[in-house]
Order: sequence, then C-alpha cells, then structure tokens
Amino acid sequence: MKNSKQPVGAHYGWKDWMIQRVTAAVMLVYSVLILGFFLVHGTVAFADWKQLFQSQLVRILSLLFFFAVFYHAWIGVRDVLMDYIKPFFIRLSLQVAVCLFLIVCSIWTVSILWSN
Amino acid sequence: MSPHTVSSPKNRPKYYDLNLRNLPTPGLVSIFHRITGVAMFLFLIPMALFILQTTLSSEAGFASWKGYFAHPLVKLIVVGFVWSFMHHLFAGVRYLLIDLHIGIAKAPAQSSARVVLVAGLVATAVFAARIW
Ligand code: HEM
Repeated sequence: MKNSKQPVGAHYGWKDWMIQRVTAAVMLVYSVLILGFFLVHGTVAFADWKQLFQSQLVRILSLLFFFAVFYHAWIGVRDVLMDYIKPFFIRLSLQVAVCLFLIVCSIWTVSILWSN
Repeated sequence: MSPHTVSSPKNRPKYYDLNLRNLPTPGLVSIFHRITGVAMFLFLIPMALFILQTTLSSEAGFASWKGYFAHPLVKLIVVGFVWSFMHHLFAGVRYLLIDLHIGIAKAPAQSSARVVLVAGLVATAVFAARIW
C-alpha cells in the first residue's frame, strides 16, 4: 500500500485544490452581490423577490453560485472524510452518499430556478 | 489532508490536547472553518434550497417564511448560520491570501487569524442587531 493511489483518496494533483479556490471566488462575488441587493432594498416584498428571480441573468448567476457551492462542498467534505474515516468501505459509502446528495441538489436547484 | 497516512511510522508520538483554550488562534480559525463548512453542507444547503423553493413558489409560502423568521428561536438559528457563513468566508479569504504567500510568516499569520475571528463575530453582531 505504500504510496499507492487509493480510489477513495484525493485526486493527487493541484486540480481539486485549484477548483476549491475558484469556486470560493465565485461564491464570494455572488455573496457580495446578494448582500448588496438586500442592503439596497431593505425589507423585500414577495413581488420584488419573485421579479428578481424572473431575470434570466439572475437565474444563471444563481445556478453558477449553487454549482460552485456543490463542487466546493464535495471537495471540502471529501477532504474531511479522508482525514477522519479510514476504513475503505465506510469512506467509499459516505463519499458516494455525499456525491449523490449533491447531484440531487443540483437537479433540484435547476428546477427551482426555472419553474417560477 | 494527509495523503500518506498508511505509510506513517507506527510509534510516532501522539499529542492530543483537545482543550480549545490551549489552541493558538490560527488553530481555532482552522477548526471553526472546518466545523462551519461541514455544518453548512449538512444543514444550510438543503434548508436554503427548501426556503428558496417555498418563497418563490407562492405568496403564501413567502408569507409563512416571513412568519417563521420573526420567531426569536428561528432568529437565533439564522444568526448561528450567518456566523458560520461569515467565519468560513473570512477564514477562506485568509487561506486564499496565504496561498498567494501573503501574511505567511508567524506574526502576521497570528494577527490575521485574530482579525478573522473578530470580523466574523462583528459581521454576525451587525446582522443580529439589524434583525432584532
Ligand atoms: C464565500 C464563500 C466561501 C469561501 C470564500 C470558502 C473558502 C474555502 C477555502 C479556501 C477552503 C479550503 C481550505 C483548506 O484547503 O484548508 C474551504 C474549505 C471548505 N469549505 Fe468553503 N468557502 C466558502 C463557502 C462554503 C460553503 C457555502 C460551504 C458548504 C456548503 C463550504 C464548505 C467547505 C468545506 C466542507 C471545506 C473543507 C474544510 C476542511 O477541509 O477543513 N464552503 N472553503
């Protein structure tokens, strides 16, 4: 096993690390934008809220944000699992569960954003 | 993130001091960054999507969440998640700067950790003051 690559390990390179940084930057920008919206509007009424998400641009930026969150969370939670869960099958099962959950969340997000 | 746990020597000394008061500030920032990240994964993602769905789907759904958010206990939970997000965000920005080799020496790393802890708490306090 010495120095061999594990199927439930990291992806052995700078790619995931970089993706976690890029997704962090995307989330940062979107958070500031949304915060700005709430600061400008004060209390938000249903009509404003609905209208905001009727905009195609807002939908696309929101989808980008949520996909960034999900990818970021996948890498982050995988790192945490690699630190604490050592037995192969438990780690694999948890990683699969996290992945499936995030895929379901992605589909759910699309349906929320485009069904209003 | 330790890729080679399998190959680490068996009898290396272990030092488990789990008392958070003995942890240096950068260590506190780090463990809170991890805890807030996992907490947001477990609870904030599904809650945020659920709230987005109900508030967008009907005026009644929007009004009912407005009602929940007026409840003090819910406000407390929201404040907790706002702290999670703000702390994770500030600590994340600190990591990004450290990745760029900004503030990497011991003294600046310690003061930036203190700034992160305080900034997260101040941002949360400002938010809490606004919703109460
Ligand atoms: C503006 C928002 C955010 C920024 C700037 C940010 C930044 C970061 C950075 C830079 C890391 C890497 C830390 C390292 O490698 O040691 C990280 C880790 C992580 N993030 Fe985020 N993040 C943000 C939002 C989120 C959200 C919304 C979630 C959850 C849904 C999340 C979950 C995690 C997790 C689980 C980790 C792994 C923690 C660890 O390994 O200890 N992050 N974040």
